[in-house]
Amino acid sequence: MSAEQISGEYNFAYLDEQTKRMIRRALLKGLAIPGYQVPFASREMPMPYGWGTGGVQISAAIMVPEDRFKVIDQGADDTTNAVSIRRFFEKVAQVETTEKTTEATVIQTRHRIPERDLTEGQVLVYQVPIPEPLRFLEPSEVETRKMHALEEYGLMHVKLYEDIARHGEIATSYAYPVKVEGRYVMDPSPIPKFDNPKLEMSGIQLFGAGREQRIYAIPPHTQVVSLDFEDYPFQRMKAPQCCDLCGAGESYLDEVITDDAGGRMYVCSDTDFCRERREAGHVGALGVAEDAA
Amino acid sequence: MKDMTDIDTGPLLRVEGLAKYYGSRVGCEAVSFDLHPGEVMGIVGESGSGKTTLLNCLAGHLAPDRGHVLFDRAGRMVDTVTMSEPERRMLSRTEWAFVHQHAHEGLRMNVSAGGNVGERLMGLGARHYGNIREQAVDWLGRVEIAEDRVDDRPTAFSGGMRQRLQIARNLVTGPRLVFMDEPTGGLDVSVQARLLDLLRGLVREMGLSAIIVTHDLAVVRLLADRLMVMKSGQVVETGLTDQVLDDPQHEYTQLLVSSVLQV
Ligand SMILES: [Zn+2]
Repeated sequence: MSAEQISGEYNFAYLDEQTKRMIRRALLKGLAIPGYQVPFASREMPMPYGWGTGGVQISAAIMVPEDRFKVIDQGADDTTNAVSIRRFFEKVAQVETTEKTTEATVIQTRHRIPERDLTEGQVLVYQVPIPEPLRFLEPSEVETRKMHALEEYGLMHVKLYEDIARHGEIATSYAYPVKVEGRYVMDPSPIPKFDNPKLEMSGIQLFGAGREQRIYAIPPHTQVVSLDFEDYPFQRMKAPQCCDLCGAGESYLDEVITDDAGGRMYVCSDTDFCRERREAGHVGALGVAEDAA
Repeated sequence: MKDMTDIDTGPLLRVEGLAKYYGSRVGCEAVSFDLHPGEVMGIVGESGSGKTTLLNCLAGHLAPDRGHVLFDRAGRMVDTVTMSEPERRMLSRTEWAFVHQHAHEGLRMNVSAGGNVGERLMGLGARHYGNIREQAVDWLGRVEIAEDRVDDRPTAFSGGMRQRLQIARNLVTGPRLVFMDEPTGGLDVSVQARLLDLLRGLVREMGLSAIIVTHDLAVVRLLADRLMVMKSGQVVETGLTDQVLDDPQHEYTQLLVSSVLQV
């Protein structure tokens, strides 16, 4: 992709107004029926599907010039994917961008929810590869739609049953299925299940699958329950370590290989959260105090 | 103790004037009968006789063009043809069961035996893994599948085992009416005999009502209380199984019984 290659005339945030209206209608429907997958006519974007075109189209459809835009990929602001999408919107919408969760009005994400709780007015846009949580066991689209319509969700527990039968526990560790507002079963996209409890939040959550042409949403303060069994309750699961840079004990950590000799360290996957903590004076086991650095 | 054949007992299923057409061709026509609780009805005929079309209309897989299929729910006869789809699907998952000829059509081949049996329980809201597994193991035992196969997928099972697994998966929720489409079709003769024996035991033990479609008279001889003989979409003869097989009245039935017809 690139933002650099885009030239000539285009509308604010790249999409034409008619397309934006179509996407906004799908978003409103999604917000009105939390967790329900709304079909939409996905447009070609100047980037491959794997780059999150579903999320990009949603961001483009809701963006206003006053927005401050943040993009994270696995929690980090500085991956190629995140940087490219941020540059794309800097170019086609001239919006301000930020790495600070607290300052952003729209946050587009792949595979994580920021550690910092979102507040009212903030919007979290997810890039979704496969929106259908029942797809794994039921390949027929006609049948899965019927299952959603009739609330026939036994199959979802069959998947969890298989997990326990095979691994002795619910081994699903990301894209962990949830039931939204007691009605629709939903795939929260491949976020770690550690993030599932945060799906109940004050911000607005919008999910876009470009290739599969589906949009769904969770309005603020919606009940989101992770599926489980009475004798195998949902467990958040977190590495026992603390972040080696900022010392955080409650954040989601990435394991980083530091040298060829098998050296490794654990660091917050949310780079903004980690930096903020270090700036506030927190130091992890392998970290260096900010003022000394 | 109440007699099973107590005449005060109303029918479990009442079929009235059922018809299904494919364009101008008759699928089945003018089919009416009652099925009482605990009764097993066999439907026999050649391929193309309309017996499978009839079964699919009865089980709600096909929408009939005419007629009613009334099912007893708590003493009230409800028409399953006109009921809403959610209601009918619920009925299919609870009080009804359907055993397909080809086990893979009735099983999830990428799910373990335990998961296959447990699906209906989970569909009805069972949320305790230990209990679901216990019931699955119990049911595997009842269809003579060893407990240590509970985590194996049906792809690793023989044809006979798959069919027994499909039966367990269907019966685990204690349905009142079971539809079977050529349940022994395509299996080796020795495997068929074992399966028939098992089915007969389960039907008696659970007091199941069943409708079995087959071209195999040995199957109905062993399982069915009553017989319905079909030809070209029409019912040509009905009666008690032994009566129909030992003293067929209709000439088509006579041909069937004398094995003149290669069915
Ligand atoms: Zn950190």
